[in-house]
Amino acid sequence: MEVYLDNSATTCTFTEAADLMHEVMCKEYGNPSSMHMKGVEAERYVSDARKTLAGILKVNEKEIFFTSGGTESDNWALIGTAMANNRAGKHIITTKVEHPAILRTTEYLQSLGFEITYLPVDEKGFVRIEDLERALRRDTILVSMMYVNNEVGAKMPVEEAGAVIKRFNPSIVFHVDAVQGFGKFAIHPKKCGIDLLSVSGHKIHGPKGIGFLYINEKVKIKPIHYGGGQQKGMRSGTENVPGIAGLAKASELIYQSLSEDTDRLYSLREMLVRELQTIPDVMINGPKGREGAPHIVSASFMGIRSEVLLHALEDKGVYVSAGSACAAKKHSTSETLKAMHIPMEQMDSTLRFSFSIFTTTGEIEYTMKCLREIVPMLRRYTRR
Amino acid sequence: MFQSFLIKYAEIGVKGKNRYLFEDALVEQIRFALKKVDGTFDVHKTSGRIYVDAKTEFDFDDVVAALQKVFGISGICPVVFVEDKGFEQLGKDVIDYIDRTYPDKNITFKVQARRARKNYPLDSTEINRELGAVLLEAFPELKVDVHTPQVLLNVEIREKIYIYSRIIPGPGGMPIGTSGKAMLLLSGGIDSPVAGYMISKRGVKLEAVYFHAPPYTSERAKQKVVDLAHYVAAYAGPMRLHVVNFTDIQLYIYEKCPHDELTIIMRRYMMRIAEAIANETDCQGLVTGESIGQVASQTMQSLACTNDVCTMPVYRPLIAFDKQDIVDISEKIDTYETSIQPYEDCCTIFVAKHPVTKPNVNVIRIHEQNLEEKIDDMVKEALESREIIEVE
Repeated sequence: MEVYLDNSATTCTFTEAADLMHEVMCKEYGNPSSMHMKGVEAERYVSDARKTLAGILKVNEKEIFFTSGGTESDNWALIGTAMANNRAGKHIITTKVEHPAILRTTEYLQSLGFEITYLPVDEKGFVRIEDLERALRRDTILVSMMYVNNEVGAKMPVEEAGAVIKRFNPSIVFHVDAVQGFGKFAIHPKKCGIDLLSVSGHKIHGPKGIGFLYINEKVKIKPIHYGGGQQKGMRSGTENVPGIAGLAKASELIYQSLSEDTDRLYSLREMLVRELQTIPDVMINGPKGREGAPHIVSASFMGIRSEVLLHALEDKGVYVSAGSACAAKKHSTSETLKAMHIPMEQMDSTLRFSFSIFTTTGEIEYTMKCLREIVPMLRRYTRR
Repeated sequence: MFQSFLIKYAEIGVKGKNRYLFEDALVEQIRFALKKVDGTFDVHKTSGRIYVDAKTEFDFDDVVAALQKVFGISGICPVVFVEDKGFEQLGKDVIDYIDRTYPDKNITFKVQARRARKNYPLDSTEINRELGAVLLEAFPELKVDVHTPQVLLNVEIREKIYIYSRIIPGPGGMPIGTSGKAMLLLSGGIDSPVAGYMISKRGVKLEAVYFHAPPYTSERAKQKVVDLAHYVAAYAGPMRLHVVNFTDIQLYIYEKCPHDELTIIMRRYMMRIAEAIANETDCQGLVTGESIGQVASQTMQSLACTNDVCTMPVYRPLIAFDKQDIVDISEKIDTYETSIQPYEDCCTIFVAKHPVTKPNVNVIRIHEQNLEEKIDDMVKEALESREIIEVE
């Protein structure tokens, strides 16, 4: 049996999206900038996609800009805003638990003379609004906060943050990295003071290499790509038409039945958490119940190194990740778990299980059956 | 400009009556290496020399790079052919050759002619003198130096006339397949691929064995070893990689033996298994990347302990090398970047905080008796269940 529980790393692509992309690649392969019919056909996919996505976010379609994915959207949001607003101030606020696409970019901006404040999180991984209130300054130009933490699933208080920021100073730009939140929650940027929102295609059963940045039309931001002037000169480069078509199709499908899917995911999550707690010395990290995202469970199996448990599960056909997939590869400790003050030994024993709408109760049962076999076996042999 | 390469070899030349065997092996290896390069080449032996003649267009740099990985070649001379259209024309051809090969004419030279075709009107001394004069007239900056010339211009009179002067260094060593076969214990580290490279440089064909310990070592760790074998195979030729699942044996040792002796006992079982596969595959020796004192299991006492279980010779080409020297070679053969990828290998999983550094072989033998009940079956199972990967 193959059970894929690493959907926060990436997801399988919807067949409908893949079929559509195949069609676009082989038949309607024109360049949207071309003046002839082939270009017009291609352009239609791009403008239709914009309409679909703008409809989901309840924003204007002119405010959707396609990018190569989450990392580019985050880089653009931060660097582009910093460059356009540096006369107003050089202070940026973000959190300690952001994705590296944010944290490495703020480090870069720091090297250019910007001052960065990193908000702490509580023991469940949530940012506290009081900390944000305290961090806001007259020279703050940008606040960047993730919608859902990718490692433990904490859903950040984005709406309250938006209100607090705008009350303090309406010209502060509020960016939200919604790579793990889009497709899991109904997100309406205009209602919560979000000026910039990053989304990635491959986390919602769309293709890799595509994403978008929502940019409130009132926000001052500079491009970071220069060239042929596509997308109103804001993001040059021939549009990834098949990717854009696939992203829009996936978004449409994922939002079609959002509330039923969310309920089902929460019940799967509750089931896994309940079952995990029947194994001795397993700790669940992060939010409980409906406080967090419906698709992420972070659990520590004390006394077992996560990498070993991961490979043992892999041997049974169960795919999970150790901490966060990106962090695991570098053998670095997880920034989120560290910020939550989780002891080193517990961090090193942490696995992340992440679901998709295709995850079934049968798969969770099988995973638990495997864990009940493997965990006691691995605990017999530990580094002495 | 160049249409052929003259291949120089060093040690093969002194092999007496077996010389032809070595030359034939070298021709074989050159042919094999050039299969990966675009173009058609005729590799042939002519009067005690090996030539690689290009029959089609080819990329000079690609051919040289391929030949530089063929053990047994000490030098590669790019050759220009010209038709024999009389001595005056030969003078012009030689001037043209020097002009194109050496943009800076401020050099010393000597002409060295060989007259393989004895009906040529001038003898070799005359050719040397006349061509020298022609060149000096054409390029007044040139100087003759008959003892230590910077450029030794070879002119060979055959059916066609061969002109060459540059010698590009080859890798040296002996052609693969002329010195038997050995089993390389390949880990994911820096040393073992270098050890394999060095042994194969002496003409030894390789098989390799890797000990895999899932779930403690990952699929990526295994892929890393396959990648390393691939880089070694660029020199050593295609090899078979035997992947042995070592987990059960390792856990059994962990349960039954003193923890500080785990690594040494584990290594003794690796050697036993490697030797068993070596016997099955007609190898005459084992090769490891060990170097004295590098880690606890590589002290003289530890090496004696691991060596104790083998009847086959164990070759350790890096035994007296410093780490930096090994790193330098690994960079040269392109294995370094792969070796330093951070995947745990099976030697480090359960390693004790303070492993024995001076094990006593008699004590180790006694402790190994704790394993008597199951170990033979486990070794048998490990041997039978091994995966064999063909690496090119």
